[in-house]
Amino acid sequence: MERMQEVVGRARAAFNSGRCRSLEFRMQQLKALERMVWEKEEEILAAIKADLHKSGHNAYSHEILGVLGELALAMDKLPSWAAPQPVKKNLLTMRDEAYVCLEPLGVVLIIGAWNYPFVLTMQPLIGAIAAGNAVVVKPSEISENTAQLVADLLPQYLDRELYPVVTGGVPETTELLTQRFDHILYTGNSTVGKIVMAAAAKHLTPVTLELGGKSPCYIDKDCDLAVACRRITWGKFMNCGQTCIAPDYIICDPSIQSKVVENIKATLQEFYGEDVKSSPDYERIVNKRHFKRILGLLEGQKVAHGGEADEASCFIAPTILTDVSPESKVMEEEIFGPVLPILTMKSVDEAIEFINRREKPLALYVFSNNKKLIKRVISETSSGGVTGNDVIMHALLSTLPFGGVGNSGMGAYHGKHSFETFSHRRACLIKDLKMEGTNNFRYPPISQKKVDWAKLLLLKRFNKGRVGLVILALLGIVAAVVIKMVYC
Amino acid sequence: MKGLSPQILGKKKKKMQGRDMSCCCAAAHAELTRGVLCPQPFFECEFSEILLCKNELHETLNNLSHWMKDEHVDKSLVTRLDLAFIRKDPYGVVLIIGPWNCPIHLLLVPLIGAIAAGNCVIIKPSEITKNSERLMAEGLPSYLDKDCSAVVAAGVEETTRLLENKFDYIFFTGSSAVGRIVMTAAAKQLTPVTLELGGKNPCYVSDSCDVQNVARRVAWGRFFNAGQICIAPNYVLCSAEMQEKLLPALHKAITEFYGPNPQESPDFGRIVGDRQFQRLQTLLRSGRVAIGGQTDEKDRYIAPTVLADVLPSDPAMQEEIFGPILPIVVVANMDEAIDFINSRERPLVVYAFSSDDKVVNQVLERTSSGGFCGNDTLMHVTLTSLPFGGIGNSGLGMHHGKFTFDTFTHHRGCLHRGMGREALHALRYPPYSQQKLGIVRVASEVKRKDACTLL
Repeated sequence: MERMQEVVGRARAAFNSGRCRSLEFRMQQLKALERMVWEKEEEILAAIKADLHKSGHNAYSHEILGVLGELALAMDKLPSWAAPQPVKKNLLTMRDEAYVCLEPLGVVLIIGAWNYPFVLTMQPLIGAIAAGNAVVVKPSEISENTAQLVADLLPQYLDRELYPVVTGGVPETTELLTQRFDHILYTGNSTVGKIVMAAAAKHLTPVTLELGGKSPCYIDKDCDLAVACRRITWGKFMNCGQTCIAPDYIICDPSIQSKVVENIKATLQEFYGEDVKSSPDYERIVNKRHFKRILGLLEGQKVAHGGEADEASCFIAPTILTDVSPESKVMEEEIFGPVLPILTMKSVDEAIEFINRREKPLALYVFSNNKKLIKRVISETSSGGVTGNDVIMHALLSTLPFGGVGNSGMGAYHGKHSFETFSHRRACLIKDLKMEGTNNFRYPPISQKKVDWAKLLLLKRFNKGRVGLVILALLGIVAAVVIKMVYC
Repeated sequence: MKGLSPQILGKKKKKMQGRDMSCCCAAAHAELTRGVLCPQPFFECEFSEILLCKNELHETLNNLSHWMKDEHVDKSLVTRLDLAFIRKDPYGVVLIIGPWNCPIHLLLVPLIGAIAAGNCVIIKPSEITKNSERLMAEGLPSYLDKDCSAVVAAGVEETTRLLENKFDYIFFTGSSAVGRIVMTAAAKQLTPVTLELGGKNPCYVSDSCDVQNVARRVAWGRFFNAGQICIAPNYVLCSAEMQEKLLPALHKAITEFYGPNPQESPDFGRIVGDRQFQRLQTLLRSGRVAIGGQTDEKDRYIAPTVLADVLPSDPAMQEEIFGPILPIVVVANMDEAIDFINSRERPLVVYAFSSDDKVVNQVLERTSSGGFCGNDTLMHVTLTSLPFGGIGNSGLGMHHGKFTFDTFTHHRGCLHRGMGREALHALRYPPYSQQKLGIVRVASEVKRKDACTLL
């Protein structure tokens, strides 16, 4: 398709013109983006509601708040993030300038996801603009209302050539991926993640893949179950379970399983009332395909609560499954829906072993009053990120890098990490053309003397710190003696 | 992963370095020469293979306990009373594929970082440098934990099969063509990669400079290891007048370094293999041979050669040279030089020589490359505090010093909260109301600290 080549070509020409490199320009674009979010808040909330049946309140706090926060942070910190970073020098480079320059990569591609269609496109975009790149934005076609809105709004507020929006489905994305980019950030599932990385490999394009997995949630016997279950319920059923870092399944001791179920049921009542379907705060499954997929996971399972569904409105009630077998279908893939399986295990050792036998998840959750136990679970497992005694929250702190490991992804972003992801750290050493004498040790013809000089000038001493401290201590003693002699 | 602690492994490696230093040098010596007739430059081996490795080792051992610590981060209002930190987790099983040009250094430096970060490592030295490959295969297992590390001697076919396995990280040094193959294989397993590739590193020489000093530094950088390093200045861009001044200066520098017959100098290296030798011979048909040009196939010797008046379409300008041949391309001025550099793939390093700081800065600001060195060659890689890596076709990712440790570490965001203060969370739970939303908006507003001085 000619169109993709044109769009990317125009973005590259615009980048090469150099206009998006100045800090003033980047700030201007970020400010315009902020204005867009303020001025078009109603339209954005309406689009998200149309795509996910999400109430205005939810859409505001899940999506708009995050975008505004990221914008404010980027605009505040940009001068310090973008400043050259001087580095420690050695004896030979003492008189030289040595620093790391943070430079834009060039033309970046951002492929958004459908579950948080606004923030998952905007948040990476903010980082990419802040880092001085041109950005091609490809929102998910599944959340079609938000995709169309983004395609309509961005050109009204941002530079049209530097930040084009491309809409479309699989064929358009495939075509887009044949073009050459300088970085690709993709949010979605592992299967497509592999396709994106394979396409990137043809051009040696670095990638950040924000994928998913089954995020385990371990509940220890020693914990405040009411609080734990309320927090888990909040994180699991927000956006109808369609959150990449939702607690996917629970592991707990068999003796507390029924209490866990009772607590979650009570919390569900608190949150959504008697009739969940009529609560304005409960979302819907994004489309029929996912609806059918999630219902299929319930086959043969012990439903302790929920299970009701209505295909016409893609409604699935908050559902709890108990005594789930690790081999069952619901434990094979990321659920991405309002179904919460509980697996029982007699010890934390068993739980850790179970978690480690599976693919590394995007998030890991552990609830316990015992700090040592939490530390142990964290240090003996691997995951993208962790929240102890809560869920989701580590992703809302922008000073923490947000990303996966293994099958759950590679690379990270949020806050300063976005800026660094979309920048190239260029090492710069500026020497003098004079002082040629200091270079003689390295020029042939070589002698043992020259080799000795090289060692002296270049070799770091092991445990320099300790030697320095000893010398300092000795100097201190000498100073004390001298002072005493002078004043006595 | 539950092997020896990184510190013990690191110290063992240091021991190996010390004891086998002569062994390492001998292996590298034997590699880049044929037989006993012309020994490989001892200094170059000592400098790059040993000294720089020792630096990395010392830097790592000095700082490892600090690098490994959880990194505490600034918190928001909501998380003020929690523990928020970045944990440095190892990836798991890491694969390091080394190249043939600096066969010890380019394998050991990433290995140091991989071990320091707590990973288990599979090491695949280049099959082209057989002596170094054997040294690695025999030497490393006698110093490192046999469960946590393994050396695989493999040619192209076996490496292809090796890449079908699942690794948690792959670190590759070599050509862009093979880099693509490695990344494509990694994509199948969603394995993150660092690719240290190459390219044609331009070297701009402005009209205002101390010609003899420039010539010495450029000649040193170009003919080090007989031109077989990824950061060598690949070609010179200068005006016609500067070319006329540079040629005699380069000739003087080459004679100073290697004497009137470089083939007899113990400080000048040889081409690693017949295939590379033949490839380089064809590149000599570019421009005109102003200095050198002599070759000796039996010895795999190519004289330090400077080609003048080379055209962009000549063979020497089509690929990374990786040999002791320095083409000079004439340009009218700095702007033309910058346009020339920007019209090509982004290189691993850009060099610029000028006694005018502004010129050096202009070249720096208006080009893009892995790294940059003003008024010298090669030296930016001797600072472990500078990241070393490419961009675009010259690579992705970086290493050296702490950057190697970070490369092989998964930075895991952790938030450890308390179970109390549940009332404070009431705002986030449904059912929602306009009032709740109002409080959330006010409490979450990130105030701009200062008025932006840029706008």
